[in-house]
Amino acid sequence: MSLTVFALTGAALVGLGVYGLLALPHLLRRVIAFNLTGSGLFLFFGAAGARGGAVDPVPQALIITGIVVALSASALAVGLVVALARSSGKVVLPDEDPAP
Amino acid sequence: MTSLVVLLTLPLVAALAVLALPERRREPLGLLTVAIGLVAALTLAASVWRSGPVLLTLGGWTPPLGIALRADGLAVALILMSALVMSAVALAARFEMRATRVGPRAAFGFWVLMALLWGALNAVYVSRDLFNLYVGIELLSLAAVALVALSGTAKALAAALRYMIFALVGSVLYLAGVVLTYAAHGVLDIGLLAARMPAESDALALGLMTAGLLAKTALFPFHVWLPTAHAAAPAPASALLSALVPKASFLILIRLWFEAMPDLASSAAVMMLAVLGSIAVIWGGVLALVQSRLKLIVAYSTVAQLGYLFLIFPLAGGGGSVQPWSAGAWTGAMFLALSHGLAKAAMFLAAGICIAAVGSDRLGDLRGLVRHLPMTVAALALAAITLAGLPPSGGFTAKYLLMTSALAAGQWPLALVLVGGGLLAAAYLYRPMAALFAREARIAPRPVPRIWQAVPLTLAASAILLGLFSATPFDLLQIGRPEPAEEGL
Amino acid sequence: MSLALDLALCALILGVSLAAVAGAGVFRAVIFFITYGLFVAIGWARLGAYDVALAEAAIGAGLTGVLLLTAQGRLRRVQADRTERPGAPLPAALAGGAVTLALAWAWFVLPVPEAPDVAQALPQSGAGNPVTAVLLNFRAWDTLLESIVLLAALLGVWMLARDADWDAPLGPRYHARPSGVLAYFGRVLPPIGLIFGVYLVWAGTETVGGAFQGGTVLAGVVLVAMMAQVLPPPRASKRLLRAALVLGPGVFLLSGLAAAALGGSFLSLSAALAKPAILIIEAALTVSIAVTLALLVIGPAEAPEPAP
Repeated sequence: MSLTVFALTGAALVGLGVYGLLALPHLLRRVIAFNLTGSGLFLFFGAAGARGGAVDPVPQALIITGIVVALSASALAVGLVVALARSSGKVVLPDEDPAP
Repeated sequence: MTSLVVLLTLPLVAALAVLALPERRREPLGLLTVAIGLVAALTLAASVWRSGPVLLTLGGWTPPLGIALRADGLAVALILMSALVMSAVALAARFEMRATRVGPRAAFGFWVLMALLWGALNAVYVSRDLFNLYVGIELLSLAAVALVALSGTAKALAAALRYMIFALVGSVLYLAGVVLTYAAHGVLDIGLLAARMPAESDALALGLMTAGLLAKTALFPFHVWLPTAHAAAPAPASALLSALVPKASFLILIRLWFEAMPDLASSAAVMMLAVLGSIAVIWGGVLALVQSRLKLIVAYSTVAQLGYLFLIFPLAGGGGSVQPWSAGAWTGAMFLALSHGLAKAAMFLAAGICIAAVGSDRLGDLRGLVRHLPMTVAALALAAITLAGLPPSGGFTAKYLLMTSALAAGQWPLALVLVGGGLLAAAYLYRPMAALFAREARIAPRPVPRIWQAVPLTLAASAILLGLFSATPFDLLQIGRPEPAEEGL
Repeated sequence: MSLALDLALCALILGVSLAAVAGAGVFRAVIFFITYGLFVAIGWARLGAYDVALAEAAIGAGLTGVLLLTAQGRLRRVQADRTERPGAPLPAALAGGAVTLALAWAWFVLPVPEAPDVAQALPQSGAGNPVTAVLLNFRAWDTLLESIVLLAALLGVWMLARDADWDAPLGPRYHARPSGVLAYFGRVLPPIGLIFGVYLVWAGTETVGGAFQGGTVLAGVVLVAMMAQVLPPPRASKRLLRAALVLGPGVFLLSGLAAAALGGSFLSLSAALAKPAILIIEAALTVSIAVTLALLVIGPAEAPEPAP
């Protein structure tokens, strides 16, 4: 029963993160949303891996790898946000311009 | 097997070495790396040719506990094409950096990122493990995004960020599918998944992974990040990004739909992919038509050319059903991936030469360049022949195979897309050609070394050769091919 | 009782995550995100996944939190335009809702599969902790690539320096008053963190911990020391720094290649040598992870800003 609670919480976090990733204009907030999505997914995975009685170590290892990969992506994204703000003064993406 | 290990580790070792060694060792090291890589790729191809797919269980642990790698004909063809493109880019980058007076920051970054990109590509081409593929494609995405941002302009940063956001959404969706797959089956190996007990959640898992990979492959409607990103990067980086990077995520799609879960390829699903591909062909072509900068035309052409690849899904039976035309469609799409890679890299490298010569890639500024840079213009023309699918290029072989399959399958709308896409390509490539061949020149160009000009010409010529000598690559692609088609037309 | 606890915990997790997405102000969103990470770490402990709990607390909440806070501070300094154009809330909400419903549905139809038999292979793996065995032996290729991913991210971040700043020290200049709290922490925390970090790596092969958790703690030590100006900001060109970055992936790669050269498979560890080999690889990885993570947070080279 507890596992279901964690899995559904994970599912909700993924949805919330996807919403934020697509809808939030502030780029730093999008990075936060991306992290929520990832960690929600891992929670779902962890709950799934604990169903068979004994905890399966493989999902745990994959999740640790996933956390590190997510941090790497976040760090590059955050760096890009700061660099963009410094050079253009904006923390949102400029509108689509198929520059002539 | 040794050559496979070399191909996996050499780029990574090279990246670490460039990081650790002093600056003056960088270029010789880069050139030595691509030379060894090219030899290893040829050795691996010869081995696959002689004795079939090369298998490698990492650490000696077989799946489901460990990770297995497999170099089949398709993987080795992509490895070889990538090694060729990498070698060309490494050669051209030296000249490009001197000509455009690239600072120490971008020069350093380019070599490391290029090596990392190569390592990620080779890892993805041969991996049979869905999670390992995730790590590989993340490495690929991060290196690619960093290459887009390399020039440091506000425009490049915005393009890199838009790319990054699509890549993030894509990786989350793909990972969600992987999680569901493991949660349902306890395995991640593609071969083991093919033999799984079907679960209700499989369709959702495949759908999520596919959506994520489409975002990374920039299939319509996820293409919006691609043109600005590819055009914003320095020309040698654009060549890598356009010619190679989308092929990796496309290959994973092929592995998923044809090898891991072919039972889920319903006719509606595969048709959906082909429809998106068809829209990409037309829409990318139309947008390429209205651009006035060479690099943007070439970048939009990538959107269109990637669209063709998705015609494979209904034409090769989606893996679900064996049809006599499947083999032709499957091989045709792979030929397109290979010839597009060579031609597109040639075009971006040639565009880099034009920029070095006249300081711009606006069509108006390129007028009359044929008299000063005949080799570069020849490279552009040969690459254009391949992209438009005219004989005797590799692009023609690809389109011919796809076309005969579409007609045999009675899919005439797809045949129309092939014809329309070819016409559009001819039209959007005519404009830069017309400018280059114009009588009067607007700008007196700076001289460009001939060796530099020979690099894209060689690539473009190899795309033509792929069409002239198509029998060997055709047979190579059949080695270890998934089963959806047993016989050709 | 335990169900009630989990329900309350999950309600808290959802509450703070909602606040992180929808709340006003970026600074507050970051704070809520850090809080969220700590709650999720408790959740992992409740699931019995202590290695993940440590990783989530150290990396997910701690390091990502510092990364976001630092970035937020920098955005404020460049006085970025903060007018927020509304996004596309309805399609995004539909997409998010669909993903949640799909995953929730999947949870109830997922079969319970047979997991790979890690326990049976564990004695040959050289690690007593099954998670470490998976990371450093059974799926070593993942972990090797992952250490390269970290490096790729750092390279990407370094490339964001302005050309004129490339030779400058990395990161912003920190100013700590010599008698202030930060300076105090800078002197006191590093030795404690150092011991804790090394312990996590050492213990990780047998019980909870590992190179990534330990490396993150050590990265925190390096960061505090730099912010307190105990350590000067490094330059990207420094040889020792470059060596520290490539040490972990390098040792990992070379040990894998050595195994292949000696007749084994690439990345194989013979049962007799596995334990010391894993310890050496983990030690090398820890150094690289600690340095890479710390440098990821402080960011690209920046010339000191001219006085206003």
